[in-house]
Amino acid sequence: MSLNRRDFLKIAGITALGVGAASAFEVLSGKQLEAALKAAPLTAGKRWAMVVDIRKLREEDYHDVVTACHTSHNVPDFSGTKDEIKWIWAEPFENAFPDSPNEYVKPEVKDKPFLVFCNQCGDAPCVRVCPTKATFKGPDGITMMDMHRCIGCRYCMAACPYGARSFNFRDPRTYFADKEVPNREFPTRTRGVVEKCNFCTERLAKGLYPACVEACKSNALIFGDLDDPNSEVRRVLRANFSIRRKPQLGTDPSIFYIV
Amino acid sequence: MLERALVGPKKYWTGLVGLLVLIGIGAGCYFLQYQKGLTITGMGRDVSWGFYIAQFTFLVGVAASAVMLVLPYYLHHYKAFGKITILGEFLAVAAVSMCLMFILADLGRPMRMLNVLLYPTPGSVLFWDMTVLNGYLFLNIVIGWVVLAAERKGVAPPAFVKPLIYISIPWAVSIHTVTAFLYCGLPGRGYWLTAILAARFLSSAFAAGPSLLIILCLLVRRWTKFDPGKEPIQTLGTIVTYAIIMNVFFLLLEVFTVFYSRIPEHMLHFKYLFVGLHGHGIYVPWMWAAVILCVVAIALLLTRKARANEKILLAGAICVFLGTWIDKGMGMIAGGFTPSPLEHVTEYVPSAPELLITLGVWATGFLILTILYKVAISIKEELAS
Repeated sequence: MSLNRRDFLKIAGITALGVGAASAFEVLSGKQLEAALKAAPLTAGKRWAMVVDIRKLREEDYHDVVTACHTSHNVPDFSGTKDEIKWIWAEPFENAFPDSPNEYVKPEVKDKPFLVFCNQCGDAPCVRVCPTKATFKGPDGITMMDMHRCIGCRYCMAACPYGARSFNFRDPRTYFADKEVPNREFPTRTRGVVEKCNFCTERLAKGLYPACVEACKSNALIFGDLDDPNSEVRRVLRANFSIRRKPQLGTDPSIFYIV
Repeated sequence: MLERALVGPKKYWTGLVGLLVLIGIGAGCYFLQYQKGLTITGMGRDVSWGFYIAQFTFLVGVAASAVMLVLPYYLHHYKAFGKITILGEFLAVAAVSMCLMFILADLGRPMRMLNVLLYPTPGSVLFWDMTVLNGYLFLNIVIGWVVLAAERKGVAPPAFVKPLIYISIPWAVSIHTVTAFLYCGLPGRGYWLTAILAARFLSSAFAAGPSLLIILCLLVRRWTKFDPGKEPIQTLGTIVTYAIIMNVFFLLLEVFTVFYSRIPEHMLHFKYLFVGLHGHGIYVPWMWAAVILCVVAIALLLTRKARANEKILLAGAICVFLGTWIDKGMGMIAGGFTPSPLEHVTEYVPSAPELLITLGVWATGFLILTILYKVAISIKEELAS
């Protein structure tokens, strides 16, 4: 059976009347929702974070990770053009950490690309500048995007000190015009809105790890809750010295690198 | 009053038709942009704001400069400006209109523009910029129109307009300050991350706006029977001279801080603009042209005796206008985005449709300006005869 929008609203309206508006809201009340979600361990994070262990990353991981992310989120491939969209990609050390120039850094670091993506900042400049709250902070620390509210002013792109954001200069759906959309469960975007890594919030909701973490066979990407002292990320951060990108800007990034 | 814009000599109509042709071409290109998206511009992932936002920034300054007439006239009772204050206010109306059109042209989803009002976000400087720009547009339309109507009837302006005039003075400063805050509050952009940005913006505005007014006053004298008079034009010349000297001084303050501290995050942008970076330097000749234009302008305008010659004054005003336009309308935005936060150099060059849309918006602004000036000047001519 297919429902059109009008029918759906009608049925929804009747249902709401039947159940009573108050109880309908109760069903979705914050506390109950939280309690329900806590049953699945990956949906209970207070502040999701990731550790990228550069020492462990292998050559093939880069391709696996980037492909997993971009197919999982239906990111069109406009690479090599000014209109490029990327959520996660590789950068040389000197570009990932331009504020830490070191000519004599060990070759393992100097010659190895760094995976870079949205830092899910604790104090995110993109959230601060957005004039419509289309970019906002979720309760789990993820910097989220409302693609239906974004007016495409690109102030967030000017504000992001990590170049993590991409704008849909072209209609991304034209890219999928003659091919299958890789992930039917994730929406494609329209032209004229900004997008970026969402820390796989849609997968976390189902209790799944982010696509990049799952795709990285060398286990170089470690994901967990920074607020939980017993989490895997906290354990790894306790055991190793880690760095973050441009922490002096006060953005409090949630992505850590072990080099 | 508006009916005066509907009658005029052939030259007036030729001008309007010329502007309408440019507007038509711009509108056609905007239609293309609306269909295809901002991909048709030169903007991209690294330089995500370009010519539109740069014009917007420059024109906010032109709009703000109306205060250079309003303040001496209303606050210091400098009577000589009484004749041309309306020209400043109507210039502000045209300039703010262009600003709003440039913002609209830059939006990826212009149909959602009103989301800024539906979900007001006081934490965003853009929200405040929208507020102050629209407020300033409203103030100048009301003040200009009401005062002109009173002048036509030969009565004193109604009392309600006085507080609006006083509000419009700090308001003018606010529009360019808030516009500077758009940029100078961003943590990762070293070119803009400087407290002097708002001051630089204001000084270049108070140079560019009055120099455009000088040019306009001289054109008005030539093309109509209304003479703005020698004294107000000379006073504008003095204002331009002070402002352009201050603008160059502020720039040198920035240059000292950046190059003596030698912090790459701030220095690389200046290097890119003035000497080129990693073999890229498309803006180098432009930026030096801006420097030369400003220096030449100062040389021309510095002495009172030279300024008294209206030909020299006009040449100086043109130099100031072009120099400040290159600095803000070209270098300020592209230079802030290059190099990128990851220190990649991606050069931005506006595309042909982007330039034509820009030209279309400028033409629309000048259409508004022409019509408003026609009304104002017709009334001035009637009163004089």
